Parts: sequence; structure tokens; C-alpha cells
Amino acid sequence: MAYQYDFASVFEYTPVLLKGIGVTIKLIAFGAVAGVAIGIACAWVRTQGPTWLRAPVSAYVELIRNTPFLIQLFFVFFGLPSLGIQLGEMQAACLAMALNLGAYSTEIIRAGIDATPRGQYEAGASLALSRIQVFRHIVLMPALMRIWPALSSQIVIVMLGSAVCSQIAAEDLTFAANFIQSRNFRAFEVYLVTTGIYLALAVLLRQILRMTGRRLFRKAAR
Amino acid sequence: MIEFSTWDIVRNLLLAARWTIILSLAAFAGGALMGVLALMMRTSRVAAMRRISWAYIELFQGTPLLMQLFLAFFGLSLIGVEVPPWLAAGAALTLWSGAFLAEIWRGCVEAIPKGQWEASASLALGYVQQMRYVVLPQALRIAVAPTVGFAVQIVKSTALTSIIGFTELSKAATVITNATFSPFTVYACAALIYFALCWPLSRLSLRLERKLHAPHRP
Amino acid sequence: MPLIALEDVRKRFGDNEVLKGVTLRVDPGEVIAIIGKSGSGKSTLLRCINGLEQIDGGAIMVADAQLGDDELRLRALRLKVGMIFQQFNLFPHLTVGRNVMLSPMVAKRVPERDAADMARAMLTRVGLAHKFDAWPDELSGGQQQRVAIARALAMQPLALLCDEITSALDPELVNEVLAVVRELAADGMTLLMVTHEMRFAREVCDRVVFMHQGRVHEIGPPDELFTAPATPELRQFLGMTDLAADR
Repeated sequence: MAYQYDFASVFEYTPVLLKGIGVTIKLIAFGAVAGVAIGIACAWVRTQGPTWLRAPVSAYVELIRNTPFLIQLFFVFFGLPSLGIQLGEMQAACLAMALNLGAYSTEIIRAGIDATPRGQYEAGASLALSRIQVFRHIVLMPALMRIWPALSSQIVIVMLGSAVCSQIAAEDLTFAANFIQSRNFRAFEVYLVTTGIYLALAVLLRQILRMTGRRLFRKAAR
Repeated sequence: MIEFSTWDIVRNLLLAARWTIILSLAAFAGGALMGVLALMMRTSRVAAMRRISWAYIELFQGTPLLMQLFLAFFGLSLIGVEVPPWLAAGAALTLWSGAFLAEIWRGCVEAIPKGQWEASASLALGYVQQMRYVVLPQALRIAVAPTVGFAVQIVKSTALTSIIGFTELSKAATVITNATFSPFTVYACAALIYFALCWPLSRLSLRLERKLHAPHRP
Repeated sequence: MPLIALEDVRKRFGDNEVLKGVTLRVDPGEVIAIIGKSGSGKSTLLRCINGLEQIDGGAIMVADAQLGDDELRLRALRLKVGMIFQQFNLFPHLTVGRNVMLSPMVAKRVPERDAADMARAMLTRVGLAHKFDAWPDELSGGQQQRVAIARALAMQPLALLCDEITSALDPELVNEVLAVVRELAADGMTLLMVTHEMRFAREVCDRVVFMHQGRVHEIGPPDELFTAPATPELRQFLGMTDLAADR
């Protein structure tokens, strides 16, 4: 008996899918912006920042990079309330994503900073700029330019990893898929369609990041 | 209400961690085979081979692992194929890691300067011989560090298999949390066990990269 | 009253003592060429004057202020003494105009409009006003170096340190840069130049300093040094250049 495919029953739930897509986009938008910001700050600490901050930042980076995102998410959502910090699903998901991307970005951006030619530092210094000013105006932009492809890849990876946020009932695309298949019992079709949507989102995100890179870096002269 | 000590928690987590390790090893082994196959196809001279391999890699790199696990588990079981969690987990992770390993190794092969190909070709070596005697030995050296680095990703990815019911470390953590109502302790311990598994591999990968002077891929 | 005074300056890198007690006084408006073999300490000397290298002994005074090694004093010093590098070191992510404007705006808090006007003025002075919106990688080496000069001038320094600024240029581009330097000298800028351009040194400089093995070996007006070198080391050094040939 051949399996009867029924994709129509999936698309009956299109509004649910759209809502899920919206939440996924919200998650990655926040995660990407906050994560890169954390990455820049931590990369600065690791390359030029105060020495007493370096150990905590390294601990943070190594901890995140060597544990699964699922556990990080559960810890933020289920574990933090024991410390008195009660977060809603979206808040916990956004925080976990930002912390996750932040740690990976730190290493990527740090590599970009380390590749700065020494002459740039010397030129900045000889123009009477302070170390922070040199970092902000001379080092940071070219560093980001250098590592933009790697950083973009990481952002896409984190977006795909956001599927896990459904596990704490954040109503993202995966959550929507789970909901739909519990109603129409068409698990295969639902997950196939959802996978296709994720694929499209990944392609779209990569394009957006590529265009952002182009606009950001040629227009760095503001 | 049963009182659980921290040692009870840790002991049970460690027992479950065995399955994490086994699944990781299986996924790595399977993924390596899959990866070699995909690499060969990806660099083949036959366009159709290249396209199929490209599609496989794009598909598994461009979609969430969770979706792949769901499709393997829920999807297949609806078509009448009874798939136990461990099999779905193993199959999905094998295909997933195969795609990533293929790309990592392709990068290593392409990092070999064209001059090596040209020199070996002008010494009348065929494609397979070029790969076997000239290119792969050099590419292997560069490949060790990122491959070990990816092994870390495999260990972490096993956590998702808990969602389709495979009993490994993360699933045990969830179960124990529900029994003990101490999520902070349980998830912290689980995180530390994962850290203990992954961090040595990460450090090894770093050391290998420095030792073998592997150029850091941009 | 000397603008720059070096008193028995010493500098070592590890076991290697690169500067073995250099004493030198530079008056305002003087143009000084520093020549010598590689390894004689010329560039190190220059880099000590604006604090890119820390000295191990002796003292350096610039405009009556002694060089310290704390950030604040170094920055104050660099507002008075500018540097031009062999490798130009323009900022690739900023246009030419922005390169010149950056430091006045950030270090001296000059408002953007005024900084832009100053930048245009400096670029006009080096003959590159029309390249205000160009990117550094669109310019030739000689143009990039001239932008670097404009960038240093925008800080309105009392003196400029030039570290082999034509050594990385193709021969046909050297003259455009030297022409700018010539004009700066004529306008009364104090210049210390590490250079291999002997002809230029002879024509433009007030004094020439010949460094050998970390010390000032000979010092004097170019006519004296080049026509009648007093020490065998200088004679040998000049014999290596073709200045001797076209006497």
C-alpha cells in the first residue's frame, strides 16, 4: 500500500506557518545583532582589553563553544529561575541565541583583528589617537570586512539552530510544524515543507548578509 | 518525595553519556565514509556526479539538523518504515556530518596549490594517482585539525537526538530534571559533562592546527 | 632653543644595543637628513622621537616637554610631531578625504565641517585636492604617500619625521613626493628624514647626520659631509652610493 501524500492539508495551516516564520525571523534578527555586538566587545577584550576581563571572557567563549545549544537554552529557561531570574520563552530564546552567537563571533572577529597589519596601529598612534580610538576607527571595520564571510556563515548556522527553540515552546517555525502535524497527522509532509522553508530562509539570509557586507564596507566612509 | 543527591544526578548523567559517546563515534565513522563518497563525487569530472553531491551538501548544510531528525524519525515511520530512535538518530547524523566533512575536506584539497597538480600531471600520473600519491597526503595533513574540530560539533549535535526520544545525555538530563525539580543543578552538570567531552577535542584541534601549520581558513 | 633635543639616548632590542648614546639637537625650521647603513639605528632613532619605541637610557625633549612613556603624554607629543611611514599605512576602509580628516575629528575634536575644509586645504597643498573622494587603493604609490603627508599635516605638527618615505616607491614616483617635501622645507617645517636620496639630502637639508653602529658618527652641513667626509666609515658609505661618481 503506497503512502498517500497530502500536502494540501499542510497548506491549510499557512497562517500558522507564517506566524512561525515571523518568530524565527525575530529570533535571528535579535540574535544576530546582539550576538555580533557581544562578539565585537569580547573580541576587543581578548585583543586589547583589560587583562582582568580576559579570563572571564575566555571562560564564557569556551563554555558556549563546547556545550550544545539545547543545553544552553534549557539552562537559561529552566535553570535561571532557581537564581530568581524568570524569563519568558521568547526572552530566554533570544538571550540564548545571542549568547551562543556571541561566543562564536568572538573567535571569528578576533581572528580578523589579529590580521590587522602593524602599520595601521603605528599610523593611528602617530596621529595621536588613543588605543580605543584606534580600535574603533581604524581596526574594527577592516577586521569585520576580512571575516564577513565566516561571520555570515555562523549567523546562518545559528538561524538553522534556532529550530531548537521550539523545545521551550517559543512559537517559531518548528513549533508551528509540530503543531500542524499534531492536527493533521501528516508528519512527513509537514516536516518536508518546513525543511523547504528553512532552506529558503537560509538562502535569503545569506543574500541579505552578502548585501549588507557590500553596503557596510564600501560605505565605511559614512 | 524522594531526595536526590548531586552524586545521584551526576551518576545517572554519566551513564547516559555513554550513549552520547557511542552515537558520536558512530556518526563520525559513518559521516567520514559518507564524506569521502561525497567528496569524490563533488570533485568528479562527471557533471551529474558533481551536481548530485552539491545538492546533497547544500541540502544538509542548509537545513536544521532538527528537521532532518524529525524527517528521519516521524516521516519515515508514517511511510510504514518502523524506525527506532537510535537508527533515525544514527542515519540523520551520518548524513548531516557527511555533508560537512565533505566540504571541509574539499577545502583542504583545494588548498593544495595548482602547481602540485601540474607537476604530477607532467610526470604522467593519472587523476587517481595524483590524488593518492601527491594531493591527498598533503591535504590530509591540513585536514586533521578542522576534522577534529568538527568532531566537537558532532558530539554537541547528539543532544538534538534527545528530542526524537533517543536516550543520551540531554534526554537523561530532562528526565532527571522532571524527577528532581533541580534544573539548575542538572543542566549545569550536563553542560559540564559535555564540556569535559568537547573541550579536550577543541584543544587538540588547536594544537594540531599550530603544529601542522595549517592555514586558518578565512 | 632646540625644538627636539636628544641627550645620550640608548635603546636595545633584547641583547642588541641599537642606539648607543645619541645626542642631537634640532632647531625649529631645520631640515635634517639621517643617513647610514641598514642596522645603524636610523629608523629606530626616528621611532623613539615620537614614542613608537621606548628608550632605555637618556632623554628626549620635544618642544620643552620631556618624553614620558604614559599614554597621555605620548598622545600629547604626537599632536606636535607627525610621522610619515615607508609603507604609507593609509586606512583602506576610508576615502582619501576621510583619512586626512579622521584624526583632527577624533583626537582634536574638530567639527566635521572644519575638518573637511582643513583636509581639502592639505590635499591641495600636496596636489591631490581632486582625489578627495577616492579610495586609497585607487591611487598610485606616490599619490598615497602624498596623502599620508597631507594626513600628518592636518594635525598641524611642529615637526615631521619621515622614515624612508620614498624607499617603497617606483623610481618615477619618487620625485612627486620629494617635490612636496621640498615645498614643506621651504615653508619652514622642521623635518627629520631618514633617507637614501643623497642628491635630495644635499639640495634641501641644513644638516646631515651620518649614523654608524648606533652612534652619530658624523654631523654637519651636506656640502661638508658629502665633499669631505672626515671618517673612513662615511667615505666607505658614500663610495657605495653614486654621489661620489657625479662629483
